Amino acid sequence: MTKSFKLRVNGQELEVDVPENTLLSDLLRAELDLTGTHRGCDTAQCGACTVHLDGRAVKSCNVLAHQAAGKSVTTIEGLGGAPDRLHPVQQAFREFHALQCGFCTPGMVMSALDILRRHPEADEDVVRAELDGNLCRCTGYDNIVKAIVHAGQVMRR
Amino acid sequence: MRHFEYSRPTSLADAQKILREDPEAKALAGGQSLLPVLRMRLAAPTRLVDLQDIRELRGVSVRGRTVSIAAMTTHAEIGESADVQRAAAGLAMLAGGVGDPMVRNMGTIGGAVANNDPAADYPGGLLGLDAVVVTTGRRIAAADFFTGLYETALEAGELVTAVEFNAPRRAAYAKFRHPASGFAIVGAFVAETDKGPRVAITGAGATAFRVPAYEQALARSFRPESLAGVSAEFDSLNSDRHAPAEYRASLIPEMVRRALVLALQS
Amino acid sequence: MPQNWIGQSVKRVEDFRFLTGQGQYVDDIVLPRMCFGVVVMSPHAHARIRSIDATAAKAAPGVLCVLTGSDALRDKLGGMPPLFMPEDRGGPKGYRTLRPALVHDKVRCVGDRVAFIVAETADQARDAADLLDVDYDILPATVSVEDASRPGAPAVHDDNPSNQCCAVAFGDKAAVDSAFAGAARIVSLKLVSNRLNACPIEPRCTLGSYSAADDRYVLYTGSQNPHGVRRMLSANVFHEPETKFQVISPDVGGGFGMKSDAYPEDALVLWASKVCGRPVKWVASRLESFLGDHHGRDQVVTGEMALSKDGRILGVRVRSMHAVGAYVVSAAVAPIVFSMRFVPSLYDVRAFHAMNIGVFTNTAPLSVYRGAGRPEAIFLIERLMDTAAAEMGIDRVEIRRRNLIRPDQMPYTTQAGFVYDSGDFERLLDECLELADWSGYETRRIETERRGLRRGRSVTPLVELSGVYSDQMSLRFDPSGAVTILAGTHSHGQGHATVFTQLVSEWLGVPFESVRYIQGDTDKVHFGRGTYAARSSMIGGCALRMAADSIIAKATPVAAHLLCLQPEDVEFRKGRFVTASGKSVSMTEVARASYQMMGMPPELAVGLEATGSWGAEPPNFPNGCHICEVELDPVTGTVRVDRYTAVDDVGRALNPMICEGQIVGGVAQGIGQALKEQIVYDPESGQLLSGSFMDYALPRAEDMPAFRLKLMEIPCKTNPLGVKGVAESGTIASTAAVMNAVLDALRPLGVKHLDMPATPARVWAALQAAREGVGK
Repeated sequence: MTKSFKLRVNGQELEVDVPENTLLSDLLRAELDLTGTHRGCDTAQCGACTVHLDGRAVKSCNVLAHQAAGKSVTTIEGLGGAPDRLHPVQQAFREFHALQCGFCTPGMVMSALDILRRHPEADEDVVRAELDGNLCRCTGYDNIVKAIVHAGQVMRR
Repeated sequence: MRHFEYSRPTSLADAQKILREDPEAKALAGGQSLLPVLRMRLAAPTRLVDLQDIRELRGVSVRGRTVSIAAMTTHAEIGESADVQRAAAGLAMLAGGVGDPMVRNMGTIGGAVANNDPAADYPGGLLGLDAVVVTTGRRIAAADFFTGLYETALEAGELVTAVEFNAPRRAAYAKFRHPASGFAIVGAFVAETDKGPRVAITGAGATAFRVPAYEQALARSFRPESLAGVSAEFDSLNSDRHAPAEYRASLIPEMVRRALVLALQS
Repeated sequence: MPQNWIGQSVKRVEDFRFLTGQGQYVDDIVLPRMCFGVVVMSPHAHARIRSIDATAAKAAPGVLCVLTGSDALRDKLGGMPPLFMPEDRGGPKGYRTLRPALVHDKVRCVGDRVAFIVAETADQARDAADLLDVDYDILPATVSVEDASRPGAPAVHDDNPSNQCCAVAFGDKAAVDSAFAGAARIVSLKLVSNRLNACPIEPRCTLGSYSAADDRYVLYTGSQNPHGVRRMLSANVFHEPETKFQVISPDVGGGFGMKSDAYPEDALVLWASKVCGRPVKWVASRLESFLGDHHGRDQVVTGEMALSKDGRILGVRVRSMHAVGAYVVSAAVAPIVFSMRFVPSLYDVRAFHAMNIGVFTNTAPLSVYRGAGRPEAIFLIERLMDTAAAEMGIDRVEIRRRNLIRPDQMPYTTQAGFVYDSGDFERLLDECLELADWSGYETRRIETERRGLRRGRSVTPLVELSGVYSDQMSLRFDPSGAVTILAGTHSHGQGHATVFTQLVSEWLGVPFESVRYIQGDTDKVHFGRGTYAARSSMIGGCALRMAADSIIAKATPVAAHLLCLQPEDVEFRKGRFVTASGKSVSMTEVARASYQMMGMPPELAVGLEATGSWGAEPPNFPNGCHICEVELDPVTGTVRVDRYTAVDDVGRALNPMICEGQIVGGVAQGIGQALKEQIVYDPESGQLLSGSFMDYALPRAEDMPAFRLKLMEIPCKTNPLGVKGVAESGTIASTAAVMNAVLDALRPLGVKHLDMPATPARVWAALQAAREGVGK
């Protein structure tokens, strides 16, 4: 009752064999041990599960693993980053104290990348509107918004 | 979710064949509405037929004043499409506000139209544009397509392939969002079409509907002032804890006014 | 390397793991042979369990065991008591419940735990749960506190027909009655604090593993208080020594009080693991979280204020009921007490009497949620103040100013028994008025109205209590000379690893990067009480100070030995042991020396470590002043918080960046309570109507205003760090701040009262009623 397919995850070609009703988030977390992508709700609203599918932010809890066959998935782990070599978005999150418990953070970072891809000069108003699909209960969002705006500025240099 | 088989045909003909052979199979577009339903075990199809590889189901094309949006075009693609922004800014505005950015990257116009969620945005847009829903079998006017709560005129195995409309002179969409879900409590699509003004409301009723009283008023003059004093009766509006029917009734003229102001600005 | 770490906005050492997806939350942990459990929750608010037929469930594919309430009785699992009742602190006796891991006689709320099914996969367990045949005898339910406290209401616990859990009273009734008799003005309000769910983005999750070989229980649980969980399970559920239990709370995705104590699931996974012989993991769905988390707030209160003709408070009287839910759990009594004792706030209230009754209802149990009763208290007093100001025609700032406790009155003993040691409340008010540009409001109001909207504002002083229960912190050097902090507190977003490292690095002169931090494992940290109630900066910080002092004391003779001097010739200054001659040695060198194999005097211990403790008597009193401005659309009823200014006295800001993060996060939750959030049960059936984020509206980025923040430092006089807590002030003031601002905007439109949440539909309905002349 499984079916195998190929996909690219964080730059690596993989062949996986999972039931057709497997969610992408479960493929990532349970099959591939990529536990940085988190599950926070049942109704695809919290955004903690956000990853990139062919370069676009999607909620991995609302995509079937099989829908990703032949495609490229990037998770938070795929951003790489050593402590001294963080992506500008990750770096900005740290500088601006844009995370507390860290649970929503991978989804926020992946979402931030998508926001800045579409709006390289995003200001606070744009970022606030674009964070519509990402919930945070700890930070009150303010520092997250500032971090993303700053990251955009850094990335434009 | 219960178990199901999964197919990913590369042609429309193959997709239709699979659906014909298995009446319990369902088409899978972006999955943004279907997957939550499956996760809640409210439906248990035997097979999902993923349409994403069918090339003829993607893309926006403009011929003269006729805009054609293929069914598997995502909300993000529609919102970002220069063609749609030029020809029907109101629809680009609508598409750019469906759900959230992640939903827009997966969700499709065909899926949304075929689902006819009462709080979805497209049904209002299609009514307001006098659009035609093109299917694998026929062409159906929007007014005939959306028949009831989660109900459309689609027959078993019939797939939406595209949405077509003539570019309006101007159009805009204004939505009052549910504070939790973000869906439309009331969405108003206002357009100045060849056949006159169109005012279509989504979210407030079992399915999207037009408001002839407003359309007639705007036919005299396409300005907010024309709506002053125009009353419209709304029967059987949706009613829940977050938005009782009388509240939705009061939101309708306000959202129409806002859409009108946006249309006039464009 | 800078010596002064304390008071710097040091970037967090925790961030790297979270930013790169390497956090270890309980659901990320996989143990060999792990299987999955699902709880069968009651679908009824009140029903007797006639029988349970588990035959089909047990036979379902992949099922390893099915456990019910009778199995729990057979295996002698005990129930979980609340942490304390009023009678434990000299108050009147209440009705104490023991919450079983699985119910066997009757269910008392939707979501009550009826059975636990373990299978190879979670899906198989869920499928089997559908096959469990439970025969319920449905009983009438009582859902609201008002309904439950009426004579003849269904009894949530059969032998407690009053449904009263406990009653507390504070103050002097005779004094208050006398004050009211002589009042020029009496203002009265009936207010409701809406029921909330903490909704941390990480749902609850617990993983239990019993080892028969060691006869030991290992539990990974997303808790704010692993030692507390250990104690509850060992003493009350399993009746086995604590040494048999290891509880680990690794990374935890937010708690806000909701995760501060053991849940039935913590017992269930350990018990099931013993029965099945394999580790068992349980992860809450978001629906199960709404059903099964301890909820917050749910209070109905009548407050009265007696005033003199110039607006001085003569007395305050409070009658309140707080929902307890189906069982009294955890620290449920805390909000029942705090919501009364903090009503006088920082006003000079000379006569006060408050009574609160905790009422059992057929709903999920409630306990502490950020603020734990202080938001309710500040909400009441500040609504009374604004109402008095409006009715008496006194400026709302002025009426508060006239009543603030003055610095020359410190230490000030309140009528509710708190002793405020320090604080300059009027100064904070003035600082906040300035920062908020209070005097420039009119320009903003005109601009708002030009856009067809209405503007409202409020000023909300607050005082609250931080630091509950004693705790300990340890410092342990290793042979390389590096020190590890072993913390009894638990950081789940508050940045303790960073802040405590700042303290230790500065106090002991050790390199910041070399300090290690361990928390959340009862095998590694001998004892602790976790983190909640804004306790950690004082209790944890001062315990750490005590440990550091002890380290210095123990290290001094070692340093003296290294320097060939007597201990009295050596002084520890700025991170080094120094002498009159100028010779010195670092703490790191001393620590290494303490592990020398040979050559040290026999009276000096091997190694260098110390444990320090601190208690909560007295606590500290964070205080502040918040100003809120809202815009309101009279057509749609939409409220938007436009500006929020907060001036908070944190005593001493150990890390200003982290302090501000806590305040903003707290304000967001208060905005949520005021404008968006509500747990709703059907008043008749007790069915939960708000079971997902489709219904329960958490604040989003767009809901947040522009912030202006200022941290004030008026050192606390009763702890050596001078700190006052910071983590709950935001939530405590903001509910009142937002609602008063909303009512300020609505008052000219004829609306005088509005319950929370002030959703667009409710604001609209209130405006409609006012237009039709039906408003109060």
